[in-house]
Amino acid sequence: MESHYTCRAAAVFHYSLYSVGGRVGSGRVTSRKRSYLKMLSRTAKIPLVSSHPEVYEPCDDSFALVDALLADRTNLLQHHPSICMEIGCGSGYVITSLAVMLGDEEFVPYYIATDINPHAIKVTRETMDAHGVYAELVNTDITSGLEKRLARSVDVLVVNPPYVPTPEDEVGCEGIMSAWAGGENGRSVIDKILPAANNLLSDRGWLYMVTLTANNPSEICLEMRKKGYASRIILQRSTEEESLHIIKFWRDSDSQLELKNLDYWTKMVRN
Amino acid sequence: MRLLTHNMLSSNIKGVANGFPLKIEVVKVVEKEVDFNIDFLKNMFHKVEWKALAEASTTMGYPELPENADASMLDADDFLHKFHHALLELHLEEGALVCPETGRKFPVQKGIPNMLLHEDEV
Repeated sequence: MESHYTCRAAAVFHYSLYSVGGRVGSGRVTSRKRSYLKMLSRTAKIPLVSSHPEVYEPCDDSFALVDALLADRTNLLQHHPSICMEIGCGSGYVITSLAVMLGDEEFVPYYIATDINPHAIKVTRETMDAHGVYAELVNTDITSGLEKRLARSVDVLVVNPPYVPTPEDEVGCEGIMSAWAGGENGRSVIDKILPAANNLLSDRGWLYMVTLTANNPSEICLEMRKKGYASRIILQRSTEEESLHIIKFWRDSDSQLELKNLDYWTKMVRN
Repeated sequence: MRLLTHNMLSSNIKGVANGFPLKIEVVKVVEKEVDFNIDFLKNMFHKVEWKALAEASTTMGYPELPENADASMLDADDFLHKFHHALLELHLEEGALVCPETGRKFPVQKGIPNMLLHEDEV
């Protein structure tokens, strides 16, 4: 178990070194770096992403989620979301990227992001300020305090949950550990987020979520199907450390009708 | 924190039946200009609990919103601009949100509401 969660920790450390170098060298921008930045002009720029020792820095999983959003950008623009939300905003890289890539539109959605870690909220604010975008930020556990009034209202929800399998007692710890400790199969927090997402998503709501193979994404999709969601893995990426899936969920009335078939598939999966 | 967000928050303490609206204790209000967008306002009008917004706006030192409002008022420029200002431009920078049932205070610092609960409140 231990080796699993140190992967994400090791990646954090590795990336810290890179990003510090990037900031020190920012006065002499190489052409390679300039083209890299141009390519990412529709996302948050790494040198502008703020940091704190207790906040998870953008890593392969964050990049995969943003790449998936970018690939779906045309659909997102046509979707005209009124309310966009991120649960667990960390460094702010993802919500900032979302605001930047949808920023050309005249219609600006209401962006709101939560994190259980107060340092993450502060860092997200700095990251968003550096990019000239804005979201309302709430320091809370998942969506606590928002579930009543924001029910059935969120049109786009993005989540990069703590998905790393860890001992159960590491879940919900303070600081940076809250960014990755996912308990058994990395599902402890994911399994709390899914009902919260189901409550918050509007009738036309979309959910984008990062999962790891160890989280059993197909089982997650089946469970969401029981709640009336269709789903698709829109991006799959294997890194040295992990195999990531970005899943998009949307409400689909046909899914409810397929419940009988679903029981069959559920049995197949479990056996 | 904008009043739009105040309008979306409720007391999340275990056992609280109706934790909305949270009362506002003001220490510092900041005004930040936001681009005026009619579509956004019309969209949000249906999500906003009007009485809570009007009261919150008064507490924040802007007693310009009518006590009641209906969708027909969205045609009036004057109304829309006041609604825009109250909803998006008034920020509670420092202060607290108070649970209407228990009196528990949720601090707001640097514009961030802290809704984290103590162990015995979950």
